[in-house]
Amino acid sequence: MIAYIIRRMFYAIPILLGVNILTFVLFFVVNSPDDMARMHLGMKRVTPEAIENWKSERGYDKPLLFNASSQGVGQLTDTIFFNKSLKLFQFDFGSSDSGRDIGYDISQRMWPSLAIAIPVLVIGLMVNITYALLIAFFRATYIDIWSVVLCVVMMSISGLFYIIGGQYLVSKLLHLVPISGYDTGLSAIKFLILPVVIGVVGGIGAGTRWYRTLFLEEINRDYVRTARAKGLSEGVVLFRHVLKNAMIPILTGVVVVLPLLFMGSLITESFFGIPGLGSYTIDAISQQDFAIVRAMVFLGSVLYILGLLLTDISYTLVDPRVRLS
Amino acid sequence: MMGEWVILWTDALIFILVFFSIAFGYYAAGKEHLRGPWRLVVRSRVGVSTLVILSFYVIVGLLDSIHFHPLLPSKDQAGQQTQSAEVISLFDHLVTPLRVRQEKTYSAPLATHLYAKENIELASGEVIRDYPRLTYGGAHLQHPDQEWSRDIWRLTGIGVLKGLLVSVVVTNILIALLAGRWKTSFGAVAKVLIKEQTTVPWRVLLATLSSVILVLFWCVELSSHYHILGTDKVGEDVFYQALKSIRTGLLIGTLTTLVMLPAAILLGIMAGYFRGWVDDVIQYTYTTLNSIPGVLLIAAAILMLQIYMSNHADEFNSLVERADLRLLFLCIILGVTSWTGLCRLLRGEAMKLREADYVQAAVAFGVGHFTIIVRHILPNVLHIVLITVVLDFSGLVLAEAVLSYVNIGVDPTMNSWGNMINSARLEMAREPVVWWSLLASMLFMFILVLSANLFSDVVRDAFDPRLRSSR
Repeated sequence: MIAYIIRRMFYAIPILLGVNILTFVLFFVVNSPDDMARMHLGMKRVTPEAIENWKSERGYDKPLLFNASSQGVGQLTDTIFFNKSLKLFQFDFGSSDSGRDIGYDISQRMWPSLAIAIPVLVIGLMVNITYALLIAFFRATYIDIWSVVLCVVMMSISGLFYIIGGQYLVSKLLHLVPISGYDTGLSAIKFLILPVVIGVVGGIGAGTRWYRTLFLEEINRDYVRTARAKGLSEGVVLFRHVLKNAMIPILTGVVVVLPLLFMGSLITESFFGIPGLGSYTIDAISQQDFAIVRAMVFLGSVLYILGLLLTDISYTLVDPRVRLS
Repeated sequence: MMGEWVILWTDALIFILVFFSIAFGYYAAGKEHLRGPWRLVVRSRVGVSTLVILSFYVIVGLLDSIHFHPLLPSKDQAGQQTQSAEVISLFDHLVTPLRVRQEKTYSAPLATHLYAKENIELASGEVIRDYPRLTYGGAHLQHPDQEWSRDIWRLTGIGVLKGLLVSVVVTNILIALLAGRWKTSFGAVAKVLIKEQTTVPWRVLLATLSSVILVLFWCVELSSHYHILGTDKVGEDVFYQALKSIRTGLLIGTLTTLVMLPAAILLGIMAGYFRGWVDDVIQYTYTTLNSIPGVLLIAAAILMLQIYMSNHADEFNSLVERADLRLLFLCIILGVTSWTGLCRLLRGEAMKLREADYVQAAVAFGVGHFTIIVRHILPNVLHIVLITVVLDFSGLVLAEAVLSYVNIGVDPTMNSWGNMINSARLEMAREPVVWWSLLASMLFMFILVLSANLFSDVVRDAFDPRLRSSR
């Protein structure tokens, strides 16, 4: 098991290196640091000195790949590629273009993101599975048909509408919870209720429909017929046999997104003014802070690969037929 | 009225796409395994009714994709008609009243007065603070307070009447055509249609078509005197904006897949067919691209594009061209983030197919790899490609709105539902609430996405042999 995990982690290295090179090309080769400096300082009346100043403050004044003016190893290490891209591997994110320490910001902003993402995931999962089981119980009746219609309709509504509509209805008209904001400790709950509820409601359509397909696939299997034939009630069949076997695809689908929960939700967090990693990314995009966007791209890839690894491991844990090889 | 034609990048691509669809249609018509599923699609009630609605969107989108410089009414010294520098589309030309009738600022749907109070100077020289009348909305009314509701009903009545007339004509033409084709009498066809004993659900098709025509005529009638969905901050008609956004939504949904298809098909089949190091390289490529969160990759790419555009501002002739290139670039980058799923599917399918007997036989006969792929593998994965294209569409339309909200979507000057929602965010905080922009964009987007979702379900059921056999 451990050997397998270690081997899988070695597979991740070339992929992360690829991500690294890709972001390097995107951020430093397509546009030179000079272009970035000009963008930040304003287009008009910008002196070459100001550009040099901006670059040296942020460490962008070095050569891209090869530094001929340095000695020995310094020729390779005293470059933008080494300092800005390869250092990400040590999770050394450096400082943002406005001078803040990105690593510190991430460690601070991770918690509000998780405070929304985890409840949304857990409650959403429970609601969707319950609803899908209910539909599976009443399969091929009007309840089934109209539930599927409802799911498709809910899927077709933009997530933005749920947020804007929910904020307007609950916060502005009914004054039940504050529109946006965040607080530390337990007092954060009143800020979290609405985003969590909206996150759950927005996910019902696609989630329930997906789980319904999974359940219906299982329900036609032979072992289910056997279970019914030996006289088990429909409820027992659903819970003990169908749900248990359908848990494998459900579980692996959940595990793959687990690490990405850290990244938070861009839209929800920015609408509700929650200081998580999602709104951090959005702010960085709108302020054109390339250092932060670069760090988030790398972090996102690491978490995604971690998710894939966890999925593979969880497969072997829940399904004895899958062997590690 | 039309001057020089302008072909924008996306226009060219959209017409290439139309050309390919028609060519594919001809190709599919000759192949039973492709024609059969389509027959199932048009035999499904949901299939035909969503098809009618989708084709309405497509028509608007296509009309909006033919651009030209309009001619100015004035003539220059040589007696030649001069043309304006702005670029408009055929659709703009058709709905010229909607486009040019600009109010001062916000006004509610069907309103006769502006949204905000202003100082109005009366004829007597006295200045009062009241809601001023709109320049165009309900301008034909003398006393809006008393006449307004009667006028709305009158226009509704006229619109519905005209719509009914047209739908009756359309229905009769269709029945006559069917009667000619089935070689029976008009009455017999009408009877069969009403009882819905036809294989193709013509009754559902006619009902949907008639409803669309009714709504269309009603909107046309009302919008000739009012702003049916109100006006926005600078007084532009919201109904017009929502209609213009159709093209953006359709482009994002279709061009993205068009852009990614060649790469996904080629690489996916190659990986599955050749295996070995080719497979390794291609798998590595898509795992790497896939591991970057899509939004962040798009954000990074659009940020870079913004820098490029602001540093090379002189390379773009007009705002329209600039916005158009940005849209194209957005489609490409969305394509880069979304081709991996299809590629993986095709890889698996090609891997299965290369072991099939007929492929093995072809190999034994010494047929070249290229010929095998084109003749034996490609036709057998086309249904997967088609299902993916249709399934991806609605997701992409929704994604556009989210991306535009984060400012990494289409150009802010371009009409799009995302940009409308983006502006609606501030409008919802106003007092009284400006809700019509949000409602209009949501409504148009919802109808498109819902139809696309339902249609794609029908297409998937029809094309997926695994599902078909289980029913």
